[in-house]
Amino acid sequence: MSFRSGITRATLAKDIRLEWRSKDAINSMLFFALLVVVIFSFSFDPTAEDSRRIAGGLIWVAFLFAAVVALNQTWARELRNQVLDAYRVSPAPPNSLFVAKALGNFIFVGVLEGFMTPLFAVFYNLRPLGPGWELIPVALLGTWALVVNGTFFAAMSLRTRSREIMLPLLLFPISIPALLAMVRATSAILSGEESIGFWIALLVAYDVVFTMASLFLFETVFEAE
Amino acid sequence: MFPVIVSELSSPPPSAIVALSNLVKQFGRFAALRGITAEFAPGRLYALLGDNGAGKTTLLRTLAGLTRPTRGAISLLGTTDVRAACREVGYMAHPSMLYDEMSGMENLRYFARLYGIEDDAVCSEVIRAVKLDPSLERSVGQYSQGMRQRMSLARALLNDPKILLLDEPFSNVDLGSARDMVGLLAEMRNAGKTLFVVTHQAALLEKVADEFVWIEAGKIVARGRELEPRQPPAEAE
Amino acid sequence: MKRVFPILAVGTAAFLGYGFYEALWVAPTDQLQGDVYRIIYYHVPSAWTAFVFFAVNFVASIVYLVRRNLKADAVAVSAAEVGLVFCSVVLVTGPIWARPVWGIWWTWDWRLTSTLVMWLIYISYLVLRRFSSSGQTPVLAAALAIFGGLDIPLVYFSIWFFRTQHPQPVVGDGGSIDPSMFQVWLINWGAFLCFGALVFWLRYRQALRLQEIEEAEALESLLEVRGA
Repeated sequence: MSFRSGITRATLAKDIRLEWRSKDAINSMLFFALLVVVIFSFSFDPTAEDSRRIAGGLIWVAFLFAAVVALNQTWARELRNQVLDAYRVSPAPPNSLFVAKALGNFIFVGVLEGFMTPLFAVFYNLRPLGPGWELIPVALLGTWALVVNGTFFAAMSLRTRSREIMLPLLLFPISIPALLAMVRATSAILSGEESIGFWIALLVAYDVVFTMASLFLFETVFEAE
Repeated sequence: MFPVIVSELSSPPPSAIVALSNLVKQFGRFAALRGITAEFAPGRLYALLGDNGAGKTTLLRTLAGLTRPTRGAISLLGTTDVRAACREVGYMAHPSMLYDEMSGMENLRYFARLYGIEDDAVCSEVIRAVKLDPSLERSVGQYSQGMRQRMSLARALLNDPKILLLDEPFSNVDLGSARDMVGLLAEMRNAGKTLFVVTHQAALLEKVADEFVWIEAGKIVARGRELEPRQPPAEAE
Repeated sequence: MKRVFPILAVGTAAFLGYGFYEALWVAPTDQLQGDVYRIIYYHVPSAWTAFVFFAVNFVASIVYLVRRNLKADAVAVSAAEVGLVFCSVVLVTGPIWARPVWGIWWTWDWRLTSTLVMWLIYISYLVLRRFSSSGQTPVLAAALAIFGGLDIPLVYFSIWFFRTQHPQPVVGDGGSIDPSMFQVWLINWGAFLCFGALVFWLRYRQALRLQEIEEAEALESLLEVRGA
C-alpha cells in the first residue's frame, strides 16, 4: 500500500508545485471566478428580495463553471510533451494517478470556492439564518461530488475530439442529483427553513457510489488504446 | 569522448529477449503494423530504420505497453504480459516526456518514485551518465534540445532497464551531443542491455549497431549487419 | 430474418392497433380530465419501455467490459437509441397533456423532470460515442453507461424528495388507478415492447453489419501491398 500512496503523494506534490510555479493558471482562474460572480450579480439583481433565496443555487452554478475550467486544465498538463506516457510505462498503478488528480482538483476547486464565497456573501448580503457551520460538510461533500466525476470524465475526454466541451457535456447530466442536493442544502441553511439531513445523506451516497465507480473503472479507461 | 566500440559477436545469441509473432496493430482502418514476426537477441543494439509512417513508432509503443496489439503475440523478457515487464523497460519518445516547469533533478525524482526509487543518488547518477549536471536548477523548458534529449534519456534509465526503447533520440540534436549519446548507448549495450533505436540518422549508428532492421508499411522488409543500400527484399516477411 | 420479420412486423402493428383501440375506446373516461387523459396510455408505457431498454444498455455495457465482445457493444448502442426514442415520447406527451389540463406546457413534476435528466444522460452517451475514435468508443461508452445507470436511481430519488417538498402539478398520478385503466397500460406496454424490440433488432443487425464492414476494411488495408 505504501508504494501506491507514495506515488499518490508524490504526484499530488508535483501537481501543486507545478501549479504554484505557473501562477498564471491559478491567477486566470481566480479572475474568471470573479467575473462569474460579477456577471451573476448583473443577471440576478442582488438587491432584490428573491435573490437571497436563489443565492444558494447561484453560488453552486458559479462553482460548477469555474470547476469545469479547472478540471480541463489539470489533465491538459499531462498531455504536453507526452508526459502521461512516462507514467503509463512505469509500474505505477493508474488509480494512484486518479486519486492524486482528484485530490489536486479538490484543493484547486476548494481554493476557488474559498475565493468566491466571501464575494457572493458580500455582493448578495448573505447571512445564514440557519446553522452556518453546516455549510462546511455541504461544501466538502458537494465539491468532492463534482471533482471525482469531473476528474474521471476529464480523463475520458482526453481521448475524444472537442475535448474541452466533452467534459461539461458528460459531467452536467450525471451531476444533477448532487447539484440539486448542494443547492437545496445551501438554500436551506441560508434561509434556516428546512433541515438538510436528507440532502447530506444523498451527497454521501452519491460520493460513495461514484468514488467507487471511478476507482473501479479508471484503469480501464486509462489504458484504452 | 567515448570510445566507439564495434560489436563483435562470434557466437549466435541465446534465446530471444523479444519475440514477435504475427504482430498486427490497427487504428480503425489504418494498419500500422501488418503482421510482424521476428526475434531479437539480448545484449544487442538494434537500429530501426524506415520512412515516416512505416510503423516504427507503433512498434516501439507496443513493446513499451502503451498500445495493445490488435492481433498476434509479443513475448518480452520471457513473459507475454507486457505490462508486467515494464520495470525492466525504459522508453524514450520524441517529445521529452518531462515537465517543462521543473528542473531536471525534480523531474527525475518524481519519475523515480513511480518505480519505487526514493534515493536521490540514483537520479544524480543517471543525470551524470548523460553528461548533465544534477544540481542544475534551470527548468527543463529552458534547456537546449540536446540537453532535453539527454535528460529524457536519463529518465528512461532511472529503473536500470534491461530493454531500452528509444524513438528518434538524436533528432534536432547537435552533432556533438548526438555522438555523446551514441557512445553512451554503446556503453549500455556493452553492459548487457538490449536497445531498440528508431532513427532517421542511420549513419550515427553505423559503427555501433549490431543489426539494422528496415521497416516499411508495417512490416520488416530487411535485416542486416551492414548499413548498405537496401536490396529488394529477397525474404520479405 | 427475412421471412420472420414481416410476420413480426404485422403482428406488432396489430398489437399496437389493438392497444390504440383499447386506449381510445375501451378505457373509461376520466372523471376529472375527460378524454384528454387518454394520452396517459402512451405517456406511461413509453416511460416503462424506455427503462427496459436503458436497463439492457446498462447490462450490455457491463458484459462488454467483462468479455470485450463487440456484440455486447452493438446491443448497448441499439438499446440506448431505442430507449432514447421512447424517452423522447415521454417528454413530448407530457407537455401535450399538461397544456390542456393545467394550462402550462411544462410542469416540474418529479417524474417528468427525472425523465428529462435521464434523457440528457443518454444523449451525452451518444455524443461520447460519436466524438471518440472508433477503437476506443466501446470502452469509453461502456464506462459512461455504467455511470449513467448508477446515477438514474439517485436522480429519481433526489428529485422525488425535492418535489414532495415543493409540490407541482403532477403528471400521471392522482390517486388510485382504476383496474381497467391499468389493464390498458399493460396492453400498450406490451405493444410498445414488441415495437421497441423489433426496431432494436433492426438497429442491432445494422450495428453488427457496420462492425463487419469496419473489420473487412481493416483487413483489406492490412493485406494490401503498398508501393513496389
